[in-house]
Amino acid sequence: MTQLALVIDLNVCVGCQACVTNCKEWNTSGDAGPMVDQNPYGKDPTGTFFNRVQTFEVGEFPNTETIHFPKSCLHCEDPPCVPVCPTGASYKRKEDGIVLVDYDKCIGCKYCSWACPYGVREFDESQKVMKKCTLCVDRIYDPNMTEEERRPACVRACPTSARLYGDIHDPESEVSHAIREAGGYQLMPEWGTSPANHYLPRRKTKLRLRHDEIERADNPLKIDGLLPKPSKSEPSLDDVTSW
Amino acid sequence: MHPAFSVIFLTTLIGVGQGLFLALFTAQSYALFDLLPKQDGHAFYAHGSLIALLFLIGGLVASFFHLGRPERAWRSATQWRTSWLSREVIVLPAFMGTVFLYGIAHLFDFKPVVATLPGGIAIDLTVVIGAVGWVLAFALYVCTGMIYACLRFLREWHSSLTVINYILLGGASGFTLATVFAAAAAPDLVRFFAGWAAIITLLGLVSRAASLVRNARLKPKSTLQSAIGIKHPKIVQKAQGFMGSSFNTREFFHGKSVGFLRSIKWIFLLLAFVVPALLLATALTGVGALGLMLIAFVVQYLGLMAERWFFFAQANHPQNLYYQAIG
Repeated sequence: MTQLALVIDLNVCVGCQACVTNCKEWNTSGDAGPMVDQNPYGKDPTGTFFNRVQTFEVGEFPNTETIHFPKSCLHCEDPPCVPVCPTGASYKRKEDGIVLVDYDKCIGCKYCSWACPYGVREFDESQKVMKKCTLCVDRIYDPNMTEEERRPACVRACPTSARLYGDIHDPESEVSHAIREAGGYQLMPEWGTSPANHYLPRRKTKLRLRHDEIERADNPLKIDGLLPKPSKSEPSLDDVTSW
Repeated sequence: MHPAFSVIFLTTLIGVGQGLFLALFTAQSYALFDLLPKQDGHAFYAHGSLIALLFLIGGLVASFFHLGRPERAWRSATQWRTSWLSREVIVLPAFMGTVFLYGIAHLFDFKPVVATLPGGIAIDLTVVIGAVGWVLAFALYVCTGMIYACLRFLREWHSSLTVINYILLGGASGFTLATVFAAAAAPDLVRFFAGWAAIITLLGLVSRAASLVRNARLKPKSTLQSAIGIKHPKIVQKAQGFMGSSFNTREFFHGKSVGFLRSIKWIFLLLAFVVPALLLATALTGVGALGLMLIAFVVQYLGLMAERWFFFAQANHPQNLYYQAIG
């Protein structure tokens, strides 16, 4: 079975909010209706977003690290928000594992948001229905788009390629490789929701150079600059002559 | 969680309605076996059912204010296989219909005998309808309680005590209302209802106190470490991704101080349990004045509203870990 998901590399995310902006732009112009903001230029601007980038500081000054943490629906493999829905508006697609809300069936009781430990469902105060990340389901299957464009808007927008997208059930996919090889993990594993989205941890990126990589082993006398310069008519030889 | 008044009214009002119906049917069952004087159906059970029905309708109306799209509410009966909310949506109207039929059957004295028990006790139609209503009343308490108890992330609610509390607190307020009703319509039943109301109120105090003790000892299962998957003892949120508010900051925080929460706790313990139990005790000693019983009910109802407010406010949702600092 296919389970589409995002893999977010916390080692690469710089917190630029490009994914947030592109997500909002794509999804507010879609068939499902706008994601209206309330009071956008006032004192308390608010609105519905599918994706937020939060910032955390880890450690104690001066040994701190800033973690930019993009947060959207994790498309759990065992989504707790789906069975509680009284109308069946919330559902998980069998064919690709995307968790969706049918905005035409949702009664706006907000019960699903109570049942989600991650707080990734947001109630639209204008349409009065629950909204959430669709993994750009209206993009990724669009036959009018090129293969390159058929990816979620947030993935397309990321300037540092911190967001990978693919099928985590395909062991050879880019995301599966990333999860296996870069230590991909799930959020709040204690609840057994088995989120499909994974996060790649921060890594220390150090340049490890051995001494002999800096200094050539075959040039112990450091005579690079002193090599003989034979005349142009004579044969030249690498490492022996200067030409 | 942010306590929504629509849900506070819904759960407290239908709790009273269910409890009152249970009280009426209990009285009828006792009368059936000649343990209580028989009441005139026309005046007592029909009017009592009407009052219960009014409370249930009030709760139903309040519930619609909770919905973003009330015009689609009919859809919410479809997922009864998995959703306790859907089950409640089915059981509530079924119970209301049963209460209505129970009242109508008494009103028109439509009591064909369905069966006869050994000893010559005739089981008439109202007893059968009442028994169905009795089952539905308890089913509705269980559905209401399970809506909250089934959410395993909200550990303050995820307990069998939640369901027990809904049964006992709803039952207590319903029996207290039955005492008021009896003081007005059937004085010889006042002691009976007041006794049961006091017992259920005290049982409710025990189970609610047990859940308070349990919740005070809860340790959060999720931490900021598990929420973002970084294993460092010191993590501080610097920004939550927006400068204003969002659904997540409005729906899951009660926005009141710890002191306010604590005072509400003592207020509801006093109003919902202690004061009504004392007032009901006066009825047991023989006074049982209508005004005093009415005060007992009103005080208990206000106490239960405070109890329900506290019930929601106390629940700490793990999503709050992600919304600690605006930035």
